[in-house]
Amino acid sequence: MKKVFRLEDLDCANCAAKMERAVAGIKGVNSVTVSFLTQKMTLDADDERFDDIVKEAVKLIHKVEPDCTVILK
Amino acid sequence: MMKNMTMRQKRTLLRIGIAAVLFAVIFFLPFEGIRKTLLLLIPFLVVGWDVLYDAVRGVLHGELLDEKFLMTIASVGAIAIGEAEEGVFVMLFYQIGELFQSVAVTRSRRSVAALMDIRPDIAHVERENETLDFDPSEVSVGETVVVRPGERIPLDGEVISGEALVDTSSLTGESVPRTVCAGDSVKGGFVDTSGLLRVRVTAPFEESTVSKILDLVENAVEKKAKAEHFITRFARIYTPAVVAAAVVCAFLPPLLGLGSFSLWIRRALIFLVISCPCALVISVPLGFFGGIGGASANGILIKGANFMEVLANAETVLFDKTGTLTKGTFRVTKTSCTSEIDKIRLLRAAASAEAQSLHPIAKSLTEALNELTGESPVKPNAVKEISGKGISADVNGKAVLCGNRKLLSENGISVPEVGEAGTLVYVAEDGYYLGWVLISDEIREDAANAVNTLRSLGVKKTVMLTGDNEKTAKSVAEAVGLDAYRASLLPEEKVTAMEEYLNGPERKGSLLYVGDGINDAPVLMRADVGIAMGGLGSDAAIEAADVVIMTDQPGKLPAAVSICRRTLRIVRENIVFALAVKILIMILGVLGIAGMWLAAFADVGVAVIAILNSMRTLALRGGRLRSAADVNVPR
Repeated sequence: MKKVFRLEDLDCANCAAKMERAVAGIKGVNSVTVSFLTQKMTLDADDERFDDIVKEAVKLIHKVEPDCTVILK
Repeated sequence: MMKNMTMRQKRTLLRIGIAAVLFAVIFFLPFEGIRKTLLLLIPFLVVGWDVLYDAVRGVLHGELLDEKFLMTIASVGAIAIGEAEEGVFVMLFYQIGELFQSVAVTRSRRSVAALMDIRPDIAHVERENETLDFDPSEVSVGETVVVRPGERIPLDGEVISGEALVDTSSLTGESVPRTVCAGDSVKGGFVDTSGLLRVRVTAPFEESTVSKILDLVENAVEKKAKAEHFITRFARIYTPAVVAAAVVCAFLPPLLGLGSFSLWIRRALIFLVISCPCALVISVPLGFFGGIGGASANGILIKGANFMEVLANAETVLFDKTGTLTKGTFRVTKTSCTSEIDKIRLLRAAASAEAQSLHPIAKSLTEALNELTGESPVKPNAVKEISGKGISADVNGKAVLCGNRKLLSENGISVPEVGEAGTLVYVAEDGYYLGWVLISDEIREDAANAVNTLRSLGVKKTVMLTGDNEKTAKSVAEAVGLDAYRASLLPEEKVTAMEEYLNGPERKGSLLYVGDGINDAPVLMRADVGIAMGGLGSDAAIEAADVVIMTDQPGKLPAAVSICRRTLRIVRENIVFALAVKILIMILGVLGIAGMWLAAFADVGVAVIAILNSMRTLALRGGRLRSAADVNVPR
């Protein structure tokens, strides 16, 4: 499943790259792009674990930049 | 600039201002030594407390090479060795740089959003004798929407009444407005500039052209260019490498007896000041982002930054014929007559004989007659269609024969052999041969110009692949000025033909294929870059192509290549410039020529310049292509 999330207050380009690396490391993630410019994360991950993966991704993103919020739609 | 800032950016600006003023005041106060250092801690904390906080938190998370942490070590280190001014200055500049980056990026993002500001936000729907306002996504197919002058057409549809000039520029990049009236199809996103229109909706919002375009551009940044991947990899090793160099610089020379530890530690701190690869990490993607935005403002949709690199490197361009180099419509392009009178007589006879036929040839004959004389064909009598050959009819009491050579010769009229490409219609009146009319597909006005411009941009080979016969192919290829052509190809043979070029021995650059997306999806996919022209019409084209040219002007092709080249050049400039400055600072730092002041100044400066340079891509246009051919009104 592929889903796009908006990232609010994503403030630094290097952080986006770090988030991308961190989220890509989660088991079950097929591909992920964190775009600093569009302030979006495109996550493609396994269907069965998708919700758990999203939760974990949110946690990792917070760790990199605590001010950044993931808008879950 | 101020009013474009977010709250957060304004707060940072305020902190920088306060800190700068405090710093300046303290700098000139008559304090020395530890007192001055303590005083300087005030502006330092005002401007940098969040950096310190993030640094500590980063370390607790195990992020030792976080640039905020390194910046903290550099500035705190400077304060610790008694260079408090430098410490504060470095932090101040770091924050100015960060703020600038953040503002610049916000602005570029808004500019791209504005370029792509084509999303209609309201639809006036006629429901049960009332006109109600809805969000375009709530309107269903078949409903009627009213569009008033100055408004954006909310959804794709067909005009049922009214006539208006519509501005299509946001979708097509076409600057000349188009006239639409009942029966014409319109796209959501066009702007009605003159009259009231009533439009019957033909596609739901999610499937409308405007949604597709927005999706496409928004997803384009996902596909990263090689240069971006390079920067990501580079950024990962850059910081550790610089830190390692700093450690070596701090400890090796004093151990070798080349000076004191405090001298070399001071020099090593300079390394930490420039340890953030920010200038590159931001400016490179920003450059591509701007380039894609700028291209889409020109009616060229590029589906990913990676394709920009391939486009810029174009070496071979393969064209489809019908619908790409030619208009795909048929017109009278030539007759055998030299005098106007003969020509009128010929066309009048032919158009009238064919007047009741539904064949496209009949339509083009009528158009030609109308263009020449302003008159309509006469209604024919005793029309007899002779299948595969033509028509015989009674026009104003005269027996007209109109068709191919065979038809006339069977009726005892001798007809000359004509070596023209296209469909030839021979005409005879009362047994007397009047002449022939050539009906052929029209070559697009700017096709030859486009091929020429491509060549001047360094494209080595331009080839046409067509299913059409040799004669037609040859004439089009010659008229447009192509290097070669392949005729009579079946769709699957097009792929084989393309592979020959793909596997060509001397090929260094990339291979582009330009088609209209009809029947050539496999070829579009197989090419290094598949480009669909006039992509607004066909869903398959938008799917299969890597680049969609929204108008049907071949002239957009060299424009696309040139935009991509200039984007890449800007990106490369930034990479080289930023690295050169950083290396220079390191060398000067080791030699003791550059201090922390200069390092901070240069590091922020390089980021600012790189970002400003990247923002130029937003304004890229196709270059000198705004010729008369470029502004012809598309059908």
